[in-house]
Amino acid sequence: MSDLEAVIGLEIHCQLKTATKLFCSCQARSGDEPNSHICEVCSGQPGALPRLNGRALWLAAKAGLALGCQVQEVSIFSRKNYFYPDLPAGFQTSQLDPPVCLGGALSIGPEDDPLLIRLNRIHLEDDAGKCVHDEARGQTLVDLNRAGTPLIEIVTEPDLRSSAQTAEFLKKLHALLVHLEVTEGRLEEGEFRCDVNISLRPRGAAWFGTRCEIKNLNSFRHAAQAVAYEAVRQESLLAQGLEVSQETRLFDPVRQETRSLRSKEEAHDYRYFPQPDLPPVLISGEMLEKIRAEMPEPPEKVKARLKGLGLTDEQAERLLDRRRAAEYFDAARLALEEPKRLATLMVELLLPACQRAGLDPPDCRLAPRDLAALARLMADNTLSRRAAYEIFPELFEKGGDPAAVAAARGLLQVSDSGAIEALAAEAIAAHPEEAEKYRQGQEKILSFFVGQVMKKSRGAANPKLAGEVLAGLLNQ
Amino acid sequence: MSELYHLTLSEAREKLLDREISASELTAACLGRIERSEPEIRACLTVMAEQAVQTAAELDRRGPDPERPLWGLPLGLKDLYCTKGVRTTAASRMLENYVPAYDAHVVSKLKEAGAVLMCKTNLDEFAMGSSTEFSAFGLTRNPWDQSKIPGGSSGGAAASVAAYQTPGGLGTDTGGSIRQPAALCGCVGLKPTYGRVSRYGILAFASSLDQAGPLARRVRDVAWLLKVMAGPDDRDNTCSTRPAEDYPSAAPGKLKGLRLGLPQELWEARLDPDVAEVVKKAFAALEAAGAVLIPMAMPNLRYSVAAYYILATAEASTNLARFDGLRYGRRSEKPRDLTELYTASRSEALGPEVQRRILLGTFALSAGYYDAYYQQAARVRRLIRDDYFQALDRCDFLLAPVSSLPAWDFGRFAHDPVTVYQLDLMTLPVNLAGLPALSLPAGLGPRSGLPVGLQLIGRPFDEMNLLGAGLAFEEAFPPLL
Repeated sequence: MSDLEAVIGLEIHCQLKTATKLFCSCQARSGDEPNSHICEVCSGQPGALPRLNGRALWLAAKAGLALGCQVQEVSIFSRKNYFYPDLPAGFQTSQLDPPVCLGGALSIGPEDDPLLIRLNRIHLEDDAGKCVHDEARGQTLVDLNRAGTPLIEIVTEPDLRSSAQTAEFLKKLHALLVHLEVTEGRLEEGEFRCDVNISLRPRGAAWFGTRCEIKNLNSFRHAAQAVAYEAVRQESLLAQGLEVSQETRLFDPVRQETRSLRSKEEAHDYRYFPQPDLPPVLISGEMLEKIRAEMPEPPEKVKARLKGLGLTDEQAERLLDRRRAAEYFDAARLALEEPKRLATLMVELLLPACQRAGLDPPDCRLAPRDLAALARLMADNTLSRRAAYEIFPELFEKGGDPAAVAAARGLLQVSDSGAIEALAAEAIAAHPEEAEKYRQGQEKILSFFVGQVMKKSRGAANPKLAGEVLAGLLNQ
Repeated sequence: MSELYHLTLSEAREKLLDREISASELTAACLGRIERSEPEIRACLTVMAEQAVQTAAELDRRGPDPERPLWGLPLGLKDLYCTKGVRTTAASRMLENYVPAYDAHVVSKLKEAGAVLMCKTNLDEFAMGSSTEFSAFGLTRNPWDQSKIPGGSSGGAAASVAAYQTPGGLGTDTGGSIRQPAALCGCVGLKPTYGRVSRYGILAFASSLDQAGPLARRVRDVAWLLKVMAGPDDRDNTCSTRPAEDYPSAAPGKLKGLRLGLPQELWEARLDPDVAEVVKKAFAALEAAGAVLIPMAMPNLRYSVAAYYILATAEASTNLARFDGLRYGRRSEKPRDLTELYTASRSEALGPEVQRRILLGTFALSAGYYDAYYQQAARVRRLIRDDYFQALDRCDFLLAPVSSLPAWDFGRFAHDPVTVYQLDLMTLPVNLAGLPALSLPAGLGPRSGLPVGLQLIGRPFDEMNLLGAGLAFEEAFPPLL
């Protein structure tokens, strides 16, 4: 690749976080019984008409504001016509000209030397249903639950040059949209997926080579792999003096290659025209002000703030990666002014548990103030690190006051010097020879007595305190 | 004329409220009339006899309710309105057995208003046509002369009202489909302003032109129907949020001093001698009554047929894409693959005129042709609208013919679709401009003995004054039915 460079542009489809579909009041949720969230509108019954979900428009504008786009005062829905079994009306309702947002950019790379990736546009559209191929019965079945789900399509300019940049851009865009609560962003559900356009040209040239489009990549890794494969494939074609033909390709993650889906000649003529069932979409200055007011801190600012609290770079990133983790962290911090220990608990215990349970931190049973209480017990030595890790699964599962849970299991460290003194006295009385050795200068024997006290307290004594008490008694 | 089914909608309404007649009696009279006239007229695709009798009995049990404006009134619905649980065909083989799971917005409003839904009336398939001959389920005959077409596409609705099957019915008007059959059958028909009536649940032909409206035998009757049909509906984003008005309270306007604009491009078109004769008399009568007739140039109207048949077919081509044989409707037997499933189902189940318009519209939207056809037509549409607004600034209403021909013989234009398209010149510009228009009977042609109509065209959402003027016309030109 020394004399050629890849030129990459992305089209990202991102499912908006709305309760209902884009043009009807059916629930926008996947995974339920097939065709359980459909009505005359999203199943394309005769006579049904679309009505725009204002929340979807709101979220599209919010994404646009966060990405520095010009949010359009007036945008137009168009029909994109083609036949497919998962497309009940025979057209997708999308936006052509003008879309809801134009322009904008997102930077990647190091903070001191960022690379600006320009956006071309963001438009609103509805998703199609799903075809399920039943090989055994030789049938194709259609599930329309997803039909009509609101999406934004974010189209970049061809500013990316490598698979690494592609993956970084996608990750950063994903984190931002999740952070804004524009999307749930579940990759495994296809809520954030992209098409990659890639062509090669001599490094630094001002023209574009013939591009291929790779459809429907739903993980950052696959996107990067597809770009890497496709760059090599196109390079080898060019090296052999062959031409790259303009076509649409699919990425096969198992065989790690792309395959031709259809050529330029087979491309659809979508016959776009203004959707006559929907009047022009208006966004007022007043609406934009309201959206700005509800805009959360941008991720870079949150990260800077977290690092300012003493969190490591990695901790801050982990909190930003998991949706709404920073929100949980901030709530917990209200109950405890010791952010570092909280961050450790979240990164080591809470976030992995949430990941496994498929929960956002604020939705789990363990309340932020209780995680703060757990951190405090550890801070004042009432609970050992080991004990804290031991009771965590129960806390995560059932919630509750960590002190009570630890006490019920007898795991609280006894920091009452009176109680420890009694145990210490007992231990010294039971081992007069060792006590004598200590007094003669064998100070290492103190740890033997600490062990005895720990044993008698069944591990509940605070070992540091026990050492101090024992030393005092032995030196008397 | 002593039979109950001869009562106009307004007359029947009063007798029902006064308990002079019961909903069941009126329903039974109309059902009897349907039964006797249907073998000849064939206006109905489905008669909801059992359901109508039940509804009427239920209404009678509770007693008349003045709060329900259509209490006990039997009505017909063009078979383009979705009716929950009742087959809705659009006169197409494609939907021969389609039973909607929901009611059109207007249908729910009629039910709430106490109407008794009697029948689903015949139409040109998917409302595409001007004679109802394109129905997949047979011809409807004009009650004035059974060798003639009733007009279209709401030909069944007009014939049904003209045959006294029901005192009123609902049609749809995309390019004249209410006004022209109303004129050809001697009824009163109203195309409301675009956005005045919700389109939700009415099978779409051309979304930016379609408008639902009433047909009846008197102006006041259509006012009662409009009162119930009109008004906001949040399920139709193109429906106006203006509340409906109390249209039946419209006061008759005065012909004296009424300024009527005459679009020259329409009046100079070749009119059938019968139509010309009736119009001449009508002009004389209007002038004698003190109306002022003002010829007006509306130069862009001459492009309206071309623009309309691009825009309407473009929209139709994608509106009808959902009829693909997959989820409902007719599916071809044993297709070899998906493409054949689509092509065979659609070729087998859609009629010739529908296929013609889908092809035309698909072509007009195709890459490379969009600018030359669709875009250009959209620009012409704006010019036509401007012509109307300028003309309406200089008069109270525009007055135009509804059809250059009285009802014609079956099959007359069977091999000449373009001539039939051109006949729509009188009506379709109004749809391009989105204006309200009222089609009124002006008299009978001296040679043919067939009804001839005139239409009044008003300002957007000015149905109240339009109906007022209609009442004045009704006094000058006595109803034919």
